[in-house]
Amino acid sequence: MIWLDTIVQGLLLGGLYALFAAGLSLVFGIMRLVNLAHGDLIVFAAFLILVVVQMTGLNPFLGALIAAPLLFAFGWLVQRVVLNRVLGKDILPPLLVTFGLSIALQNGMLEVFSADSQRLRAGPLESASVDLGPVTVGIMPLLTFASAVMVIFALNQIFYRTALGRAFRATSDDPVTASLMGINPASVFAIATGLAMVTVTIAALFLGMRSNFDPSIGPARLIFAFEAVIIGGLGSLWGTLLGGAIIGVAQTVGAQINPEWQILAGHLAFLAVLLVRPRGLFPRAVD
Amino acid sequence: MQRPPRGSSPGAAGRQSIMTEVLRLENVSKSFGALRVTDTVSFSVPKGQALGIIGPNGAGKSTLFNLITGNILPDRGSIHLSGQDVTRLPAMRRVRMGVGRSFQIPQPFEGLTVYENLLTAAAFGQARREADVQTECAEILAETELLRRANDLAGSLSLLDRKRLELARAMASGPELLLLDEIAGGLTEGECQALVETIRALHARGITIIWIEHVLHALNSVVERLLVLDFGKVIGVGAPAEIMASKEVREIYLGLEV
Repeated sequence: MIWLDTIVQGLLLGGLYALFAAGLSLVFGIMRLVNLAHGDLIVFAAFLILVVVQMTGLNPFLGALIAAPLLFAFGWLVQRVVLNRVLGKDILPPLLVTFGLSIALQNGMLEVFSADSQRLRAGPLESASVDLGPVTVGIMPLLTFASAVMVIFALNQIFYRTALGRAFRATSDDPVTASLMGINPASVFAIATGLAMVTVTIAALFLGMRSNFDPSIGPARLIFAFEAVIIGGLGSLWGTLLGGAIIGVAQTVGAQINPEWQILAGHLAFLAVLLVRPRGLFPRAVD
Repeated sequence: MQRPPRGSSPGAAGRQSIMTEVLRLENVSKSFGALRVTDTVSFSVPKGQALGIIGPNGAGKSTLFNLITGNILPDRGSIHLSGQDVTRLPAMRRVRMGVGRSFQIPQPFEGLTVYENLLTAAAFGQARREADVQTECAEILAETELLRRANDLAGSLSLLDRKRLELARAMASGPELLLLDEIAGGLTEGECQALVETIRALHARGITIIWIEHVLHALNSVVERLLVLDFGKVIGVGAPAEIMASKEVREIYLGLEV
């Protein structure tokens, strides 16, 4: 029974990692851009929600609702003004620029918000739980996982059911030909990054409600997100969810054996998958 | 031999002839390093005409298309679409002005289905809502014999179907001016014939066509005018029969083409 509980907790934890990873997966899938500042953007979004909550007294969920459009605009602007200029055949310039962005964000946040640990207070919801027969699960982990599924589902719908999604996929296939069909790749990329920032807002909301955060924790979130994306197969959104779940389960199982092994077990699972399926579990058919 | 092409009605006023001109290039030049791939090229295409472009490999034919679509910008000269100067206009804007293009090496969006390829080209190329272009896309699929492959990923198509998709997608973008780049190359005689019929039908509908092709009999069965390019220069424009009979053209062109 304890193992079943461990695995369920792991799955639900995986929802959080999938939320971390969704934006990264989206951006990589569309413009082959690995955003090294992704983790710091999550932390930045968490601070923004915190500021909104403190200013308005709203609960974190409503705070995130206000922060989301602001972060969409922020992502759109960063893509338009900075990242579009460095995207090209060479993959190094965008890596360096996002690395720089990561450092700038971390230090900027340190300056503005100090190194103090913060938390988004969700009241009684934080400790509420529900009895599901053999296991008891927290409402918060359950909400996190449900949100991850909804985010991935929504992104998939956008990707495969809308004109915008077709423009995403067409541009991802071939930006030059896309421009000959009347698509503006620069604008498509900007919308994609804006959308990624909306998923980042949701990730930040749950990160902030479930644990403490401070300006320095971004890079570690990036690693989890990155591993989830790689395990799932680059560019596959459902794969990303599965990747998150695998890391989550590995971590809780590892922690069950020895509490010190939690993080290590996640990384080992990542390496094990890479060893067997170097291109991830659901690699793209066409690349 | 080169003569300034004119609108069909001889009595038309100057303004009238500009209005009926879909495309006009004036002294367009482009160099890549020391290599001049397009050398003071001037010609114009009246509305509804089918113009063939021939020339040996490396004559600068595809570069000419890239200049017209706006993928590359000329060093000198000007390009006009329907009387409007588009020399510095980006590719995306020119599509919306009615420039459709097929590529020599088919470049479908491989991750999209055949139908989605058309839908995307139609919605973005004509700046219309997807719901409004669905019927049109289905018609084009039928016309280009792609209906049975509509829901297959474009990456899975055979060469003939890829060529058809090139044509279909260019049509879906709602072109007034259709640029076809060696669309008959690599096809069997029967396949080629089927494609020519489709192109002829488009032409009959009044779409202006510029067609680069090595398969001369296919080309000559559609176009009313031929333009010969060699080392980036226009060395002849005229009726196909006249051009094919010219000694200069035969030497340059047939000397290199078997």
